[in-house]
Amino acid sequence: MAARVVTVTSGKGGVGKTTATANIGVALASAGQRVVCIDADIGLRNLDVVMGLENRIVYDLVDIVEGRCKLRQAMIKDKRLPDLHLIPAAQTRDKTAVSPKDMVRLADEIRPDFDWVVIDSPAGIERGFRNAVAPADLVLIVTNPEVSAVRDADRIIGLVEAEEKGPPQLVLNRVKPEMVRRGDMLSTEDVLEVLAIQLIGVVPEDESVLVSSNQGLPAALDPKSRAGKAFRDIARRLNGEEVAFEDLEARDGFFGRLSRLVRPGGAS
Amino acid sequence: MSFLRFLRGEAHSARAAKERLQLVLVHDRADLPPAKLEALKDDLIAVLSRHIEIDSRAVRIELTQDRDQQRLVADIPLASSRARRRPIG
Repeated sequence: MAARVVTVTSGKGGVGKTTATANIGVALASAGQRVVCIDADIGLRNLDVVMGLENRIVYDLVDIVEGRCKLRQAMIKDKRLPDLHLIPAAQTRDKTAVSPKDMVRLADEIRPDFDWVVIDSPAGIERGFRNAVAPADLVLIVTNPEVSAVRDADRIIGLVEAEEKGPPQLVLNRVKPEMVRRGDMLSTEDVLEVLAIQLIGVVPEDESVLVSSNQGLPAALDPKSRAGKAFRDIARRLNGEEVAFEDLEARDGFFGRLSRLVRPGGAS
Repeated sequence: MSFLRFLRGEAHSARAAKERLQLVLVHDRADLPPAKLEALKDDLIAVLSRHIEIDSRAVRIELTQDRDQQRLVADIPLASSRARRRPIG
C-alpha cells in the first residue's frame, strides 16, 4: 500500500511544528508503521536534533533533489525504531533550492515502500510552505490557544483550501488546562468555533516535551508523558481509530482536585 | 479566584481573546482592514447624501460572519424631518 503524506504546518513559528512532526512520526513507527519524516525547513534544520539523529547526517534533502545521492542514502534510520527514517533539511542552502515539483517527485518515490511520510513545514506562507504542502494528502495545522497563533492558523487554512488539499485538521498544542478552567486561555471549543476545522489532537503543555527534546528522545516514546500520550492518540486517529478526546480540563490528578477544593471560588 | 474577579468586575481574558480573534478574522478573511472599511463608509455616506438626507454621524457599517458567509452590514438612519425642522441653536 502506498504511503500517505501528512504535512505539519502552522503559519506562525514556535507553536510546536517540529515537535509535533517528530512525535507523530515516532508514534506511528512505534505502532509498527514504516515512516519517513522529512525536514522541509531548508536553512533552519531542526527535526534532526528533536529526533536525536543529528550526528548521523551525511546527505540531505537538497542532495537528493540535485542528484548527489540516492534517496536511500539520505534516509537516516532511527536507532530505537527501525521503521522510522529521517530525511534532514540542508543547512547551508535556502528554500529556493527545492521546488514544490521536486517535493511531489520525492514523495512519489518514497510512497511505494512506506506507510507514512510526515513533512515538517517551515513557518511562513512562502516557498518553503508551498514545498511542504505540495505533496500532502493531508495537512495538519498546529496552533496554540493564543490570538496571534490562531489568526495565522486561519490564514493557513485558507491557503491550504485554495490548494485544494482537502480539509486540513487541527492540532491544538500547549494547552494549559488550569488556565482554560479559570477563563484565561482559549478553550478547545473556542478555537474550533473560530476556525471551523476538524480536530485531530489536543496536546497539553508539558515539561516532559522540553526534557525529551533536550535528550533527543521525543515524548511519544515516554509512556508517562501526557503530551506523548496526546501525540500517540493523534497517530491512532491518523490510522483511522476512533479515539475519544481526553477532557484535559477535568483530568489533573489528585493534587489538582485537592487544590480546586481548597481554593475558594475555584469549583466552577 | 473567579469570584474575586467577579467582585472586582474583571472579565476573563479568554473571552477578550475570542472576541478580538473573531473581529480580526472577519477583516482578514474579507481582506478589508478596519481603516479601509472606514474609507468605504465615508464614500458611502458621500454617495447616499447626494440622493437622500441621512444622519451621517449615526451610520454604522460592519463586517459580519455567519458560518462561511461574510456579510457587509450597513445601518443608515435617515435624518428625521422633525430634526430638520428644529431651529439650530
